Amino acid sequence: MANLETMTINMGPQHPSTHGVLQLVLELDGEIVRKATPHIGFLHRGVEKLAEHRTYHQVLPLTDRLDYLAPMHNNLGYVLAVEKLLGITDAIPERAQVVRVLLAELTRIKSHLVWLACHALDIGAMTVFIYAFREREEIMNFYEEISGARMTSNYFRVGGLSADLPAGIEERIRKFANDMPGHIATYEGLLTGNKIWQKRIQGVGVISAEDAIDLGVTGPSLRGSGVDWDLRRDQPYSGYENYDFKVIVEEGCDTWARYHARLKEMHESCKLIHQALDKLKPGPILADAPKIVLPSKQSTVNTIEGLIHHFKIVSEGFKPDAGEVYVGVENPKGEVGFYLVSDGSARPYRMKIRPASFINLQALPKMCEGSMIADVVAVIGTLDIVLGEIDR
Amino acid sequence: MSVQAAVDKLKAQFGDTVLDVSEFRGETTVVVKKEAIVAVCTFLKQDGFNFLTDLCGVDYLGKSPRFMVVYQLYSIGTHTRLRLKAPVDESDARIDTVSGVWATANWLERECWDLMGISFNNHPDLRRILMPADWVGHPLRKDYPLQGPDREPYQGRLQ
Repeated sequence: MANLETMTINMGPQHPSTHGVLQLVLELDGEIVRKATPHIGFLHRGVEKLAEHRTYHQVLPLTDRLDYLAPMHNNLGYVLAVEKLLGITDAIPERAQVVRVLLAELTRIKSHLVWLACHALDIGAMTVFIYAFREREEIMNFYEEISGARMTSNYFRVGGLSADLPAGIEERIRKFANDMPGHIATYEGLLTGNKIWQKRIQGVGVISAEDAIDLGVTGPSLRGSGVDWDLRRDQPYSGYENYDFKVIVEEGCDTWARYHARLKEMHESCKLIHQALDKLKPGPILADAPKIVLPSKQSTVNTIEGLIHHFKIVSEGFKPDAGEVYVGVENPKGEVGFYLVSDGSARPYRMKIRPASFINLQALPKMCEGSMIADVVAVIGTLDIVLGEIDR
Repeated sequence: MSVQAAVDKLKAQFGDTVLDVSEFRGETTVVVKKEAIVAVCTFLKQDGFNFLTDLCGVDYLGKSPRFMVVYQLYSIGTHTRLRLKAPVDESDARIDTVSGVWATANWLERECWDLMGISFNNHPDLRRILMPADWVGHPLRKDYPLQGPDREPYQGRLQ
């Protein structure tokens, strides 16, 4: 009798393969998932509400707590939105632009490494996890030296960067970018030819290009379904138009295709890192906009103008014109956008974040309904979600 | 097709329904009557703006109409953006769902209902999404206190 009915079970919020506090209510017919209902919000911190009560500079640390696996990208999206609101996009110095691209691509590798490690671990390939986290640790060390924090970087500033790169780090980043393709080959050696890995991800989590666009899927998850769209190329920011890179598109529409898309993206990121290092020339790292950009410590302590600007910016902030802008950037997980509404005061009147993971997660039921319960784990992994960004 | 051409076509098609067209920092915003939102979105989708990037509500407390529902559209063909807005009154804080046009809108409209308290007609599944199911109030409204409804507002460290 019992086998005629479906069974409803909870997966999460305390479950190791839901990548955080995601709860899925699964309606099962034996091992087949008939219906999957995601429940989210366990990590909701009200970032958008908090932002309305802070000056534009003070909002920045909130943004790297969204997608904490790619904090620099969130910082970048936010500062680009504020710079556009202020109309100072063209005033950002060359060095700051190049460092932004350099760190964005390092961060892309970092985020993809966590994706690969956890995705493989969820499916049962444990070894890759150890290797991928070894390389990630190196990027974390770069992070720590550059920004002072391993995860919550808070490094970019409206108008440029908070500090220049530490001496000697460029050569080490170059060495890392030289070594990385070899490491990626190691991961591929462990996974791509592995029969179990192939069986677990080929033909799993299929989503067509039409459905993916309809559901708003972005990033490698969309490009794995054959849609040739990357904001770095199609709406370039921070000087991406000056770099030579390929947008990776895979036609398979399944987890296997998305696996290859992300691996190849890491190779492209290595190329971009080399190009950025080649472009890196000494120069100013902050725009010449004293009413917006915090003055240097030197200037604050030694000059009356510096002191006044510092005092005004810290106590009151700057006031952009009334208006509204939307800026989207290509995060490792998809498009992350910031919609800022200004009423002419020193605080954002409204800040809406377009979270890539939130919208990609909406495609999960479509991708796993009708498949086996074990495939749900593969689909969560391949969507590469971060709950900090979903719940905000 | 340029954004300007799309706006011209929209105006020709919908006439009075288009309330305002503005530009700021190179971004075009079109305000339309909320009654026509589904028709306008369907038209724009067929016209090339095939991707709904984001949807949210903005609370202009003290102004009439109080709310704006904002749609960020993107064209994967021409890589252009267009922002669509529809005013919504406080007394009748509801607008038709566009989840039939783009499936993305489903969760985005749930979020807008949850945090801003704007209801969506004919929505397939209008439940709270980020806040707990039994939560009272809509936190992103401007008259909702930052500290929450049951606490004294923070006065600062020095008093």
